[in-house]
Amino acid sequence: MNLTLKIWRQENPQAKGRFEKYDVKDISSDASFLEMLDILNEQLIHEGGDPVAFDHDCREGICGACSLYINGRPHGPDTGITVCQMHMRNFRDGSTITIEPWRAKAFPVIKDLMVDRFAFDKIIQAGGYISVNAGSAPDANVIPIPKENAETAMDAAACIGCGACVAACKNASAMLFVSARVSQFAVLPQGKIEAAKRAKSMVAAMDEMGFGNCTNTYACEAECPKNISVSHIARMNREFFIAKVTDSAKK
Amino acid sequence: MIKLDSKVPEGPIADKWNNYKSSQDLVNPANKRKLDIIIVGTGLAGAAAAASLGEMGFKVKIFGIHDSPRRAHSIAAQGGINAAKNYPNDGDSIYRLFYDTVKGGDYRAREGNVYRLAEVSNNIIDQCVARGVPFARDYGGLLANRSFGGALVSRTFYARGQTGQQLLLGAYGALMKEISRGSVEMYPRREMLDLVMIDGRARGIITRHLNTGEIERHSAHAVVMATGGYGNVFFLSTYAMNSNGSSAWQCYKKGAAFANPCFTQIHPTCIPVHGDYQSKLTLMSESLRNDGRIWVPKKKEDAQKIQKGELRPTEIPEEDRDYYLERRYPAFGNLVPRDVASRAAKERCDAGYGVGSTGLAVYLDFEEAIQRLGKNTIEARYGNLFQMYEKIVDDNPYETPMMIYPAVHYTMGGTWVDYELQTTIPGLFSAGEANFSDHGANRLGASALMQGLSDGYFVLPYTIQNYLADQINVPRFKTDLPEFEKSEKEVRERINTLLNIKGNKTVDTFHKELGKIMWEYVGMERNAEGLKKAIEEIKTIREDFWKDVKIPGEPFNVNPELEKALRVSDYLEMGELMALDALERKESCGGHFREEYQTDEGEALRNDEDFTFVSVWEFKGKDKKPELHKEPLSFEFIEVKQRSYK
Ligand SMILES: Cc1cc2nc3c(=O)[nH]c(=O)nc-3n(C[C@H](O)[C@H](O)[C@H](O)COP(=O)(O)OP(=O)(O)OC[C@H]3O[C@@H](n4cnc5c(N)ncnc54)[C@H](O)[C@@H]3O)c2cc1C
Ligand code: FES
Repeated sequence: MNLTLKIWRQENPQAKGRFEKYDVKDISSDASFLEMLDILNEQLIHEGGDPVAFDHDCREGICGACSLYINGRPHGPDTGITVCQMHMRNFRDGSTITIEPWRAKAFPVIKDLMVDRFAFDKIIQAGGYISVNAGSAPDANVIPIPKENAETAMDAAACIGCGACVAACKNASAMLFVSARVSQFAVLPQGKIEAAKRAKSMVAAMDEMGFGNCTNTYACEAECPKNISVSHIARMNREFFIAKVTDSAKK
Repeated sequence: MIKLDSKVPEGPIADKWNNYKSSQDLVNPANKRKLDIIIVGTGLAGAAAAASLGEMGFKVKIFGIHDSPRRAHSIAAQGGINAAKNYPNDGDSIYRLFYDTVKGGDYRAREGNVYRLAEVSNNIIDQCVARGVPFARDYGGLLANRSFGGALVSRTFYARGQTGQQLLLGAYGALMKEISRGSVEMYPRREMLDLVMIDGRARGIITRHLNTGEIERHSAHAVVMATGGYGNVFFLSTYAMNSNGSSAWQCYKKGAAFANPCFTQIHPTCIPVHGDYQSKLTLMSESLRNDGRIWVPKKKEDAQKIQKGELRPTEIPEEDRDYYLERRYPAFGNLVPRDVASRAAKERCDAGYGVGSTGLAVYLDFEEAIQRLGKNTIEARYGNLFQMYEKIVDDNPYETPMMIYPAVHYTMGGTWVDYELQTTIPGLFSAGEANFSDHGANRLGASALMQGLSDGYFVLPYTIQNYLADQINVPRFKTDLPEFEKSEKEVRERINTLLNIKGNKTVDTFHKELGKIMWEYVGMERNAEGLKKAIEEIKTIREDFWKDVKIPGEPFNVNPELEKALRVSDYLEMGELMALDALERKESCGGHFREEYQTDEGEALRNDEDFTFVSVWEFKGKDKKPELHKEPLSFEFIEVKQRSYK
């Protein structure tokens, strides 16, 4: 296939970015999208140009590093997968593809298509864990957990922290990301103990890091490569509500 | 001259670890705060160690290449983690897990270490559940198990096809908890480029900030390398793109001996190579062999027609299929260990029975399982893997058998460590895939996650404490010492030299050339002639690299080509050591198969008389031949046998 690429180029966080056009030729439709970018980069190096910087590592949809906004959609046209899992057969020969970084205040551009997602770690630090230390755990089968709950927890835990939900949201809200973690622990007996407190502190951290509010447009769910459901947001809101009620009762 | 002392404690095998723990030295809580520990790597081993040491009260600094610890390569592990819980009541025990691991490693691992691994395996599961890891469960609400290769019991715990992800997120949560408590400091997007030694001990590292290119110095009382395996020497592998063995190599050059470099694992079930633009290979979890049956056509004509696209696998009748693993190994069938399964696939393809357009693939077929269990059950078990396969290959594995072929997957070799996971450099520890310790010549499935968490959660917290006990009066190190100065200068010179070559060939070009040689001569089957050839050819590529590599951009700012070049320059040396080690080991064992040493039936033929030892290589200087030391292995608690899975 022959393609025209319109790619966002930005030297560094301070620089003003711009789109640049590139042509790539004879790309196999069996190549992955990132392999197509590898080919472009080899070409650019040979021509004495600067290769395009983009984040990636596992290239199998699990590390959450890849983060490209393609033709107006996070992770591109196919659903339920990350861009590293997408193959060129999803595009038509001769077409033009626009590639941008995630755009959100809380994810500043580092270079070209790479953004800084440190804010996600900050949110997790605010309470996205169960507070137990190594060495103190009881036998794993002491507390049976209904299969259904374990499955729900796993559905939520499948989040790869890529940030597509934020990129898809017109408010750049991180609600889906936050709720997935809150929900995973809220349905497990081990995590239930801190559930309300966790919801409250993680939401506070989210606000602090500059993410927007959730206005229920559900673009996040539609673009999530792991199909994380917005039902987790509802569960988080419940925990959040409990925390608020307990707080005011204490007062 | 290095001294090899494995420091395995005295006593019966089941008491060794307890004996160690009850007689080790401890550090009091007030003193722990005064002791700094650097941990390089945020995978299972690194994250678990950092969290645990932080919980104990040490001051920990953790470094990783990624923007977040959660992106470490461990995240990609699919199938599961072993433990000797014996929940299914099928006869498992700590001894049996120990036995299977030693046997699976073809009797080339240290008994004491492996027993400890089996012993703490159960604590790992408890710990993970307490941290909210959503393992698969049965309808009664208790934990479920599946089987993995090389075992006759079901001892593998799993979280769908994302076990590594869930275990890492568990350890990552604990790490985040410690960061917010202030005991651990995280240094993301830092690549270690050198180890700093003061008076013969490891006391710090030099890193490059991958966003700004800044070269930084960090000091500590002890350093842990949890930097993963070096399989990317082969270019194509199932490793993440950024996985590398460079830090182990930097430490090797500073005196940390390297053990068994030639022991690499080639995993039997990966998606076959499809084009020369290919950047990596995708693993299809070993768990698929629980239900999938592996076969090729019985008739060569059929195989040829399939290769040309004139025949489909579904058109080949049952009697014309050769389920070669079930045929050759009736006891273990499709669940033979990885080395055996990989070689058997290669044997069939080399003989002309391979499928796919290249003839370098075999089938993994779920038809019988779907008939027996129903499509829903298969989907529940392997749905995400089937989806992954379909996205890559554009073929539906519920209807046509998957095509698979072996690929480089894991390195059993690594930095040499003693029982305390300490390297030959005092104060330098190595954990997880980065060390050589537990898997001998072949690792069993679901045992790497177990080892990473064992090292990080349960071993290092004790052994590092033992090391630090006499360091409580050593004040924090300043980074303006001459040792730091010198290391930083060397790192800067190396970067500048690379950038100033301004040659004609890209880094990937060299990496691919190296990878081809490694796969051809140091891959699934090796022989003396090929290995000698590999050594010569690697030398030539290396010389060419230092003359003709082209790296665009500047040392400051984001520069992925520079990052790759630094790593490839190390691979070009490591590859040679791997070939040399393979040449010296004149026997076949586990993942190391020498054509010259095989049984009449084509099975690996060990030479216990002459090779029951760990090969430990000591760096002797640039362009000098490294020196081979031998750590003899003795088996007191297991009878050494010809490994048989028939
Ligand atoms: C596809 C796949 C599936 C697998 N499935 C299973 C399975 O089902 N069961 C099982 O038991 N095992 C499995 N394995 C093996 C297992 O995942 C790994 O062996 C294990 O996760 C390694 O963990 P680790 O902590 O040692 O290293 P890694 O997870 O590789 O982490 C290495 C860390 O070191 C950092 N690092 C590396 N170099 C540097 C440097 N120079 N400077 C700074 N930081 C550095 C990286 O950023 C990273 O954080 C699988 C492996 C693969 C590839
Ligand atoms: S590169 Fe890991 S998810 Fe895409």
